[in-house]
Amino acid sequence: MQGKLTPLLWAAALVGLTGAAPADEIGDPERGAQLFRQCASCHQIGDGAESRVGPHLNEIYGRRAGSIERFSYSDGMLRMGADGLIWDLRTLDAYIANPRALVSGTRMSYRGMPEAQDRADLLAYMRDFTASPADIPEAEPTALPSVPELPPDVLALQGDAEWGAYLSSECTSCHQIDGTDQGIPSITYWPEEDFVLALHAYKTKLRPHPVMQMIAGRLSNEEIAALAAFFKDPD
Amino acid sequence: MTALSRRHFIATSAAVSASLAAPMVRGQGRPRVVVVGGGSGGATAARYIAKDSQGAIDVTLIEPQRTYFTCYFSNLYIGGFQDYDDLGHSYGKLASEYGINVVHDWAIGVDRDAKTVALAGGGSVPYDRLILSPGIDFKDGAIPGWDLAAQNAMPHAYKGGTQAQLLKAQIMAMPEGGTYAMVAPPNPYRCPPGPYERISMVAHALTQMNPTAKILIVDPKEKYSKQALFEEGWQKHYAGMVERIGPDFGGDKVEVRPDAMEVVVDGVVEKVDVCNVIPAQKAGRIAELADLTNEEGWAPVVPATMQSREDENIHVLGDASQQGDMPKSGYSANSQAKVAAMAVRGALTDSRVFPAKFSNTCWSLIATEDGVKVGASYEATEEKIAKTSGFISNTGEDAALRKATYEESLGWYAGITTDMFG
Repeated sequence: MQGKLTPLLWAAALVGLTGAAPADEIGDPERGAQLFRQCASCHQIGDGAESRVGPHLNEIYGRRAGSIERFSYSDGMLRMGADGLIWDLRTLDAYIANPRALVSGTRMSYRGMPEAQDRADLLAYMRDFTASPADIPEAEPTALPSVPELPPDVLALQGDAEWGAYLSSECTSCHQIDGTDQGIPSITYWPEEDFVLALHAYKTKLRPHPVMQMIAGRLSNEEIAALAAFFKDPD
Repeated sequence: MTALSRRHFIATSAAVSASLAAPMVRGQGRPRVVVVGGGSGGATAARYIAKDSQGAIDVTLIEPQRTYFTCYFSNLYIGGFQDYDDLGHSYGKLASEYGINVVHDWAIGVDRDAKTVALAGGGSVPYDRLILSPGIDFKDGAIPGWDLAAQNAMPHAYKGGTQAQLLKAQIMAMPEGGTYAMVAPPNPYRCPPGPYERISMVAHALTQMNPTAKILIVDPKEKYSKQALFEEGWQKHYAGMVERIGPDFGGDKVEVRPDAMEVVVDGVVEKVDVCNVIPAQKAGRIAELADLTNEEGWAPVVPATMQSREDENIHVLGDASQQGDMPKSGYSANSQAKVAAMAVRGALTDSRVFPAKFSNTCWSLIATEDGVKVGASYEATEEKIAKTSGFISNTGEDAALRKATYEESLGWYAGITTDMFG
C-alpha cells in the first residue's frame, strides 16, 4: 500500500478527478474501515476522537483545511486553508493519493494510496463520521468521477530549461528566486515531479489559490515541464 | 612617424573624439541599450537585459532619483502599515552586480534620427535600442484651480516619494472632526484601485486618531476598480466616515481653490482641511518629447514586443504605454519589461525569443489584515494586449483569507522589488 507511487499515478489522481467523465459510486465503507487502520496510528475518528499526531477526522467533509484550533499544522496546510481549500470528496481523494502533491510542505508523512478503489472505500468510511452528509449543502457527492487515462508522456516530458528561464520571469514578479519565503512560498529547488504535479493541481483547480490557478491555467504541459526544469536548479 | 604608426594615431584620435562626444558610452562594439526611467518597467528591463545578455549588451539606465520610492505601498505608509524608508530602493546592485551604467540625470529629449538621448546635465547618450518607462505626468488644466505650483497646498501624492510624506503630515495635522477630500482621476490612470485603497488607509489612520473626521471623494467616474469590495470594507470598518460624490451629483464638475482650501463641486463650495488632488494623466513627458504619444497622451505600442508604433527602435513600457487591456500598474510594467527585454535581446544578439506572456495582480489593503486582490492574464494580439482570464476577491470572505491576502501582498512587494533591483 505504501510503496512508491509512479508519477503517472499521482497525476492521474490529480488530473483525472477533475474531469467530467461518468461517475462510479463511492466505495465500500466496511472495506474502508479496514483500510483506515493504516491511518489510525496518527488519526482518530469516531466517538471521542481527538487530535494527536494528526488532526481528528470527525466532520472532515466540508471542513476547511487546517482549521482545527490548537492543532499545530504545517505552514503549507495553513496556507491552503487560508486560500480556501475545503475537504470534499475530490480534494480528500487527491490528498490521500499523494499528500505533498496537493499541499506542498505538508507534515503528513504518508506516501499515498495509489488505488482509486481503495481511496473510494476509505472515503466512504470516513464519510460516515461527518454528522449528517445529507445536510451538507452540496450533498457531498456520493459518486466519484472515473479516472481517465492521462497521456503517459506528460510527466515524462524533458523540460527546456532555457524556455523555463524566460517563463520563470512571470513567477519572479512574486516569488523570490533565492527561495525567500515571505508571504509567498518558495518555489525554487523543487524536485521536478513535485513542481509539475503542483502546477497541474492548480491548473485543474484542486489547489485553490486564484492567482496560481490563473497562471497555471494557461500553461501547456511543455511549459510546465520547462518551468520545472528551470526551478529545480535556478542557479 | 611611420605610415603605420600615423594610421594608428589617427584611429586612436577618432576613437577619443567619439568618446568625448558621447561620454556615457562604454564597451564600444557592444550593442547599446538605454533605459529611461528606473521604476517597475525600466529597472526590470535594465536588470533583465544585463543579466540575461551576460555582458553582450551595454545597458545604461537614466533615472534622476538616487533612491527610488515606490508609489505602490505608499498608501500603506499613509495608513501606518509601512515605514517610509522601507519604500526606498537603491540602484547600487544594478550598477555593481549587473554592470549597468546608472546615470542620475533627467532625459530631456530624444533624437530619433541620430538615436541619442539628451540629458539635462549636458551631453547625449547614443543607443541602438531605447526603452522608455517614464511613468505618468499630469494633464495641464485637468482640474481648474490646480497646477504643479499648488501641489504643496493640495498634494497629488501619486508619484511616490516626498508627496506621500507631505500628504500624511497634512492628514496627521487635521483638526478634530475635519474633512479630508480626494479629487479622484478620470480613466485611464495609474493603479485603478489606488485612490480607493488610499481612502481606506486614510480612514484607518483617522479612525485611530481623529474618529469624527470625514472623508469626501469627488469622483468623475461612474464606477471604479474593486468597488464592491471597497464599499463593503468601508461600511464594515469605517461606517459613516466616507462619502463619495460621483458624476450623477457633480463629481465630474469640480474646481479647487488651494489658497482657501475649498473644493467646488458643481457650484457648491466645500471647505476642507486636506485636499488630495489626483489629476487626469498622460504619459511621462519624455515620451511626448520623443513624439511617440497620440492625441490621448499615451504612447501606442506593438503588443508582442512593446515597441512604439512610431519607432521600432524604441520600446515603451508601463503606465506611459497604450497597450490594450492591462491596467497601469507596477506589476503590469514589470511584466511588460520582461517581454521587452527578451525582444531587445533577440534583436541585438542571437538569443532565443519566446512567445510573450503578460499578467497582472493588484492587492489592496482595506483595514488591518483585510486585503483583497484582482488579477488577470493577457496575450498579445495584433491589435492590443488582450485579457484572457481573470479573478477578483469575493465580498464576504472570511478573516483568514483576507489576512492571507494581505500577507501575500507583503510577499509580492518583496518579490517585485527584488525582481527590479536585484
